[in-house]
Amino acid sequence: MTTASTMTEETQPNSRAVGLKMSGALKESGERAALLEKIDSVRQIEKAKLKINDLSFYYGKFKALHNVTMQIPDKQVTAFIGPSGCGKSTLLRIFNRMYDLYPGQTTSGDIMLDDQNILGNNVDVNLLRAKVGMVFQKPTPFPMSIYDNVAFGIRLYESLSKADLDERVEWALQRAALWGEVKDKLNQSGAALSGGQQQRLCIARGIAVKPEVLLLDEPTSALDPISTTKVEELVHELKSDFTIAIVTHNMQQAARVSDFTAFMYLGKLVEYDQTDVIFTNPGRKETEDYITGRFG
Amino acid sequence: MTTLESTHAKVVKKTKNSGVLGDRIFKGTAFFFAAMVLVVLFGIMLLLLKEAWPTFAHFGFGFFYHSEWDVVNNKFGALVPIVGTLVTSLIAIIIGVPVSFGIAIFITLMAPTWMKRPVGIAIELLAAVPSIIYGMWGLFYFAPWFANSIQPMMTSTLGNAPIIGQFFQGPPIGVSIFTAGIVLAIMIIPFIASVMRDMFEVVPTALKESAYAMGSTTWEVVWKVILPYTKAGVIGGIMLGLGRALGETMAVAFVVGNSLELNTGLFYPGATIASIMANEFNEASGLHMSSLIALALILFIITFLVLSIAKWFLLRLEKAQEGSKT
Amino acid sequence: MSKYQIRKLVNYFNLIASLLVTALGLFMLAWILSVLFSKGFQYINWSVFTQMTPPPGSNGGLLNAIFGTLVITFFAVLIGTPIGIMAGTYLSEFGGNSRFSSTVRFINDVLLSAPSIVVGVFVYTLIVKPQGHFSGWAGAIAFAILVIPVVVRTTEDMLKLVPVQLREAAAALGAPRYTVTLTIVYKAALSGMITGVLLATARIMGETAPLLFTALNNQFWSSNMNQPMANMPVVIYQYALSPYDDWQNLAWAAALLITLSVLIMNIMARYTLKGSSSR
Repeated sequence: MTTASTMTEETQPNSRAVGLKMSGALKESGERAALLEKIDSVRQIEKAKLKINDLSFYYGKFKALHNVTMQIPDKQVTAFIGPSGCGKSTLLRIFNRMYDLYPGQTTSGDIMLDDQNILGNNVDVNLLRAKVGMVFQKPTPFPMSIYDNVAFGIRLYESLSKADLDERVEWALQRAALWGEVKDKLNQSGAALSGGQQQRLCIARGIAVKPEVLLLDEPTSALDPISTTKVEELVHELKSDFTIAIVTHNMQQAARVSDFTAFMYLGKLVEYDQTDVIFTNPGRKETEDYITGRFG
Repeated sequence: MTTLESTHAKVVKKTKNSGVLGDRIFKGTAFFFAAMVLVVLFGIMLLLLKEAWPTFAHFGFGFFYHSEWDVVNNKFGALVPIVGTLVTSLIAIIIGVPVSFGIAIFITLMAPTWMKRPVGIAIELLAAVPSIIYGMWGLFYFAPWFANSIQPMMTSTLGNAPIIGQFFQGPPIGVSIFTAGIVLAIMIIPFIASVMRDMFEVVPTALKESAYAMGSTTWEVVWKVILPYTKAGVIGGIMLGLGRALGETMAVAFVVGNSLELNTGLFYPGATIASIMANEFNEASGLHMSSLIALALILFIITFLVLSIAKWFLLRLEKAQEGSKT
Repeated sequence: MSKYQIRKLVNYFNLIASLLVTALGLFMLAWILSVLFSKGFQYINWSVFTQMTPPPGSNGGLLNAIFGTLVITFFAVLIGTPIGIMAGTYLSEFGGNSRFSSTVRFINDVLLSAPSIVVGVFVYTLIVKPQGHFSGWAGAIAFAILVIPVVVRTTEDMLKLVPVQLREAAAALGAPRYTVTLTIVYKAALSGMITGVLLATARIMGETAPLLFTALNNQFWSSNMNQPMANMPVVIYQYALSPYDDWQNLAWAAALLITLSVLIMNIMARYTLKGSSSR
């Protein structure tokens, strides 16, 4: 079992290079250089939507996240993996300041969304959440009709005409691949849909307000395989418009849907890289152990 | 589809404000009304104390132990109604608790499944009947029957026993401290029984089964496993019932007889704080009125204490259950 | 006798005792209801609903008392419900376990079972005495004070049953807290909150003691809330204890009507809650 202290060695490029060397698979220097180049491309993500710098999180006095530094690329899918309790959901819930709802939960460090520090005191969290949408583990249809569910967020911040609102609702439902299934029963309760449909309804509701970032917190863990596939296809579709961060404990899912993957363990960011690198040539032993199923 | 996509191309303008002000107003209003609950309680305490003050100033501590209640000569002592209140409630508890316990055992452990719900609902309906109905029934039906058939029997047997014999004396008129106690018992049984039933039903099945598995009888499971496990809740429920009995007005006013003489015999008519207030309040003025309000204050403080104890027990149980969950 | 036989005997004795006391409880309910129905139905006729309370020795009805009870109850619920809902909302949504909300919770539970006659005296000293006369408003306010704790308690309990995820999902769309509460949480807890209001209504409808010192009674038709107002419970109290047969008979009719209303309210409350939990 690796101890926490070995993991505190930060993910510096140098130590990463050593880690790669020790993996033994890449002895030839040309190949190594190519890989390092690739890693560099990760280091300098083309356009970062979220820049997280030295972020820590506390439940009261308990430190649940330790000095996370990373950048989340614009219009890409970033997956967060790791065993239960590693802090991946906690991290996601900081991006829209969900923790603000609960007293005693605090952060240090900063997160820049474009050029604004979203952890600042004078940030209007409601406006922030309108820009950073979220879909939860369990479907959460509101106790109202399908139409009103989707229109709920739009009505909060925009005054649209009936026709425009109709159009936007249709757009969101189409985008969420649900329109065909519900277009004849928009006035029925959202709770009457199946689990998978409910989750796509929640995604439609989330994108209807046209957020810039969409956070998905284990969006398929309560769904059957067919619905899961649909949601995954959707994620792939949506990244042309939104920056997506997804937490999942299903590694195949991370491999399938994401461009970048972050592996977290015990409240620390252990490794962050392009998804195919993480899954084919992980830089650190903990990552390799986890993705090969040796623990977690 | 193309039109839909073009909509999306437009930048979304967030025109409405985010509601920070609305949030503050909403939270403030909610806080205001929550605080109002406290204000009501302290308002009751203070206003009653203010109105009762002439009595306490005039009679001093003697108000609590003098038994005279003489409206004509303006002499007031609270002993008779205080004792009447405590004794009727005590009788109600002595009769009500074992009966409630039996009902709770029956519903949770003995009744076949199809019977549990109807019996439970029937008992709860008993709790919903307005108290004045108990009063009418008690005065016109129960009291005469009791005076004719039960009371002579009790006087001729228990009444001859040493020491406790003196309690079972009195005229056979039906309205008495004892009758009031029985009617109160009938009124609080549904309350205590429902609390006990709820408590018994959350006892983990594994606990009960392991006691049965050691060869315990049903009664032993109740007495040695269920009751210790739910002790705090059961006591809390009993205290809740006691709180109700102490403050009950209408049922008692009908059957207690409203006499302000002090007797050791429980079959004599008597009075409770609530019954004397229902009877005399609207004709009272001056010191008489102040003394009645003083009685009300005493009643409020007694029930406050009893209910606080009840709540304390119930909270303790809640915490213990939360602790065992994690 | 062996030890085991004694144990078995104790067991049977106690279980039979449980059975008997349950039967006794049900018998009491049956006795009270049968008396109430047989006496009450006998005297219920059209004039009960169309005529005013009569002087002794003549015929009459309960029209003014029925009206008065409905009006006083209506205003009590109208005043008490919003206060109770807001206070319950504070406890569930904002208060958490702070010292303030624990205190409010505790005091509210005490008020929930506090003697109603004390509330009557309180409103008497607060309103009736300064004004110099009894009034329907005083009765409504006394009842409102009884309504508040019931509504606070059920509101808090019902709001706490609404899943946290639902609140988070609404907040994640950028909805401010009050929008979340008003449009999502209340909607999800609606049937439970209605149950609370129905239970509170049932609780006050049959209450007599507070009205003795506040609304009192009125022999005649009165729709003026600033004046003493006729109401069912006080009519029952005064007529039942009167020496006149026709007054006593009216009291039984009134008793049946009020009990039926209270029981129907209770059953409705139960039904509302059941309907919601099965959804």
